[in-house]
Amino acid sequence: MTLAADELTLERAWLTDLEDEAIHIIREVGGQFERPVVLFSGGKDSIVMLHLAIKAFWPARLPFAVMHVDTGHNFPEVIEYRDRHLGRLGVRLVVASVQDSIDRGRVHETPGQSRNPLQTVTLLDAIAENRFDAVLGGGRRDEEKARAKERVFSVRDDFGQWDPRNQRPELWDLYNGRHRPGEHVRVFPLSNWTELDVWSYIEREGIEVPSIYYAHERAVFDRDGMLMAVTDWTPPRDGETVRSEWVRYRTVGDATCTGAVSSVAQDVSAVISETAASTVSERGASRADDRASEAAMEDRKRQGYF
Amino acid sequence: MPGQLLRVVTAGSVDDGKSTLVGRLLHDAKAVLSDQLSAVEAASERRGYEGADLALLVDGLRAEREQGITIDVAYRYFATANRTFVLADTPGHVQYTRNTVTGASTADVAVILVDARSGVVEQTKRHAAVASLLRVGEVVLAVNKMDLVDFAEDVFDTIVTDFAKAADGLRLERFTPIPVAALAGDNVVDRSANMPWYTGPSLLDYLESVSPHDLAAIPARFPVQMVMRPRTAEFPDYRGYAGRVEGGALRVGDSVIALPSARTTTVAGIDTADGSIEQAEIGRSVVVRLADDIDVTRGDLLAVDVEPRPVMTNRVTATICWLSDRPLRPGDRFALRHTTREVRAVVDDVRSRLDISSVSSIHTGELELNDIGTVYVRTAEPIFVDPYELNRATGAFLLVDESSGATVAAGMIAHV
Ligand SMILES: Nc1nc2c(ncn2[C@@H]2O[C@H](COP(=O)(O)OP(=O)(O)O)[C@@H](O)[C@H]2O)c(=O)[nH]1
Repeated sequence: MTLAADELTLERAWLTDLEDEAIHIIREVGGQFERPVVLFSGGKDSIVMLHLAIKAFWPARLPFAVMHVDTGHNFPEVIEYRDRHLGRLGVRLVVASVQDSIDRGRVHETPGQSRNPLQTVTLLDAIAENRFDAVLGGGRRDEEKARAKERVFSVRDDFGQWDPRNQRPELWDLYNGRHRPGEHVRVFPLSNWTELDVWSYIEREGIEVPSIYYAHERAVFDRDGMLMAVTDWTPPRDGETVRSEWVRYRTVGDATCTGAVSSVAQDVSAVISETAASTVSERGASRADDRASEAAMEDRKRQGYF
Repeated sequence: MPGQLLRVVTAGSVDDGKSTLVGRLLHDAKAVLSDQLSAVEAASERRGYEGADLALLVDGLRAEREQGITIDVAYRYFATANRTFVLADTPGHVQYTRNTVTGASTADVAVILVDARSGVVEQTKRHAAVASLLRVGEVVLAVNKMDLVDFAEDVFDTIVTDFAKAADGLRLERFTPIPVAALAGDNVVDRSANMPWYTGPSLLDYLESVSPHDLAAIPARFPVQMVMRPRTAEFPDYRGYAGRVEGGALRVGDSVIALPSARTTTVAGIDTADGSIEQAEIGRSVVVRLADDIDVTRGDLLAVDVEPRPVMTNRVTATICWLSDRPLRPGDRFALRHTTREVRAVVDDVRSRLDISSVSSIHTGELELNDIGTVYVRTAEPIFVDPYELNRATGAFLLVDESSGATVAAGMIAHV
C-alpha cells in the first residue's frame, strides 16, 4: 500500500473504528446463525453494508443470501445499478416482490398511495419462506428518533413485530442472537454510522453508487414541501408545475415517496461537503411517509418494517 | 472530523436536566438539523411551552413522550472539528439501572448529572457505582442548574466534596467536576461568563480533549469468531482465524497460546481484505494465520504467550447486575456468553448485594431487578478469562435465559 493510503487511514481513524465494529457484528452473525440474509435495495446504506459483509468474510465467499424487497416502483437507474453491481461481485440476488404479494392477495394496494407500507408483508413472507433466521439491514440510529433505541441485534416475534419496551439489554460487544423457532433477529451493523460517515466511507473505499445520488438535471415538481420526480407512478397533479432542476437523491427508496434535493454535487467529495453543510436531515428531506406523524416511524417499526 | 470515536454515557436522575443537556450539546455543536429543530419547536408549541424544549430532541419513543421520561438507552451521534462522538443517553429512574449499565459497558467517559439544588443523592451514588464497576475510564460530575443557585461557587464546592466522599468508597479514583446550566448553555459548549470562579474547560472542550484511560495495557487477546477456509481456486489452502483484537496489539511473530488446547504457536500473518499488516491494534477486526496447524474453532481464544495469561477455569467469582424481573436464586441455570463462547452455567451461590446508600456490601441470598451483587458461577465447560479490571472483553459475560433467550445478567469477573 502506498503512503497516501496510510495517511488516509490515519486521518479517518473513526471510519476504521466503525468498519471494525461492523465487521465484528457481521462475523457474529456468521458464527451464531444458520440462514442469514443481507437486505439489498441499491441504496447507499445497503451498498455499504454489503461491501462490509464481503470484507468481513474475505478471503472466503460471502456465506449469506442477498435479498431485495422490490416495490416495483423503482428508479430505473437503481435497478440497472443493482444488477450490474451484484453481477460484478458475483452475488446471486433473491427478489421478493410486492407485486407478487398483491397478485396473491396477501396485500391490497390503495390506488394513488405509496407501496412502501406494503413491503412489510412481502418481507415477512420471504423471511418465513426462506427460513431466514438473521436479517441484516442498513438502518442507522441517526436516521430517526425511534431508531436511536434500536439494538444491533433486535429480536422479532413470529409476527415480525418489534417491542421497544421489551428489548434485550445489549452490553459490551456481546451480541445475544438467541431466538425461538419462528422468530428471527434483525441485525444492524451500521447502527453507529451517520449519513456523513456513510458518504465518507464510500469515498474512502471508492465504492460505486447509483447515478441518481449525484446531481443531474431532472423534471420535478413541488409536493408537500418536497421535490418529486416525474415518473409513471408520480405524475404531477393539477396545479403542480413541472420544471427542470439540478437535483440528487439522499435516499433511493420507493419512487413514490422519495424526494430529491437541489444539488450541484456531481461527485462524492461534493456530496460530502453538501452533507456536512446541510441543515435538513436525510429523512426530513426525502421521505414522505415519515412525515405523516411524529410517531410514524415507531408505528411502522413495531409492525415489522425495517 | 478527524480523530477516533469517543463513546460517552450520560446518567442522571429524572429532571436533573439530562435531556436538556444532551439537546444543548447537540444543538450548540450544530448537530441538530433545521427540520428536527422545527419539529421540536412545533411539538413544544403544541404542549404550550415557551420556546423550543431541547429535551424533546432526544426523547425517543412514544411511551416516553406520553410519560415525559426517557426509558431506554438512546444513542446519538455528533462530530466536531476534533472528534466524533457516540453518546449513550440513559434514563434516570432507579428501575432503569440496567440501562445505565448498558450504556456504561462500552463508554470511555461517563457524564453524571446532578441538580445543583439537590446535590449528591442516592441516584448519583448509584451512577458513580456503575461507572466504577464497569471501569469507565473517565467520569465527569456535571453540576446542572447552576442558574438556580445564583451560580454560587460554594454550592458547587460542597457538591464536589460530597461526591468525592462517595467516590472514595466506590473505588472511583478520579473525576472531573464541571458547573453547568444546560437550559441557557453555560459551560456546555462555551465557557460561561456567569461563573468566573470556574477556570476549567466547558463540557465539550473536555470531551474533545480527554484521552480515555487505557484499559488495554495487557497483552493481546483474540477471541476467535470464525475459521476462514475459503477453498477457492485463489486460496486453496488458506486457513485463518477471524476475530477482533482485545487488549494490546497483536504482531506478526508474536508467540501465542491457544485455549483450550494450550498449544503454543506463532502468528504467521495478519490479514485484512485491504491487505496484510504487521500489527493489529486493539479493536481491529482481522484474520490471523498461525505458523502451526493446530485445532482452533469459534469460541477458542488466542493470547500472547506472556504474563499475565488468561486463566482457563470452570468457576468464577463475579459482580453482576441483575436485569430480569424474576429474582436470581442460587441453583439457577443459564447459558453463559463470554467473548465468542457460549457454555452452560449455574449460579452456585449469591453472596452479597451492594447497598447504594451506605456504599457497602450486604449479605443476601438472592438478587432482584437492578441489584448489583457478588455471585459464584460454575460452568459446564471451561472459559478463558481475565479479571474485568484488566480487560473488559475477556472479563465480561452475559447470563442468558435458555428458554426465552432473554439477557438476564451482566457479569464482571472479579477473580477466579
Ligand atoms: N433553570 C434551569 N432549568 C433547567 C436546566 N436544565 C434543565 N432544566 C429544566 O429542568 C427540567 C427537567 O429537564 P429534562 O432535561 O427534561 O430532565 P431529564 O429528566 O434529566 O432529562 C425541565 O423543565 C428543564 O427545562 C438549567 O440549567 N436551569
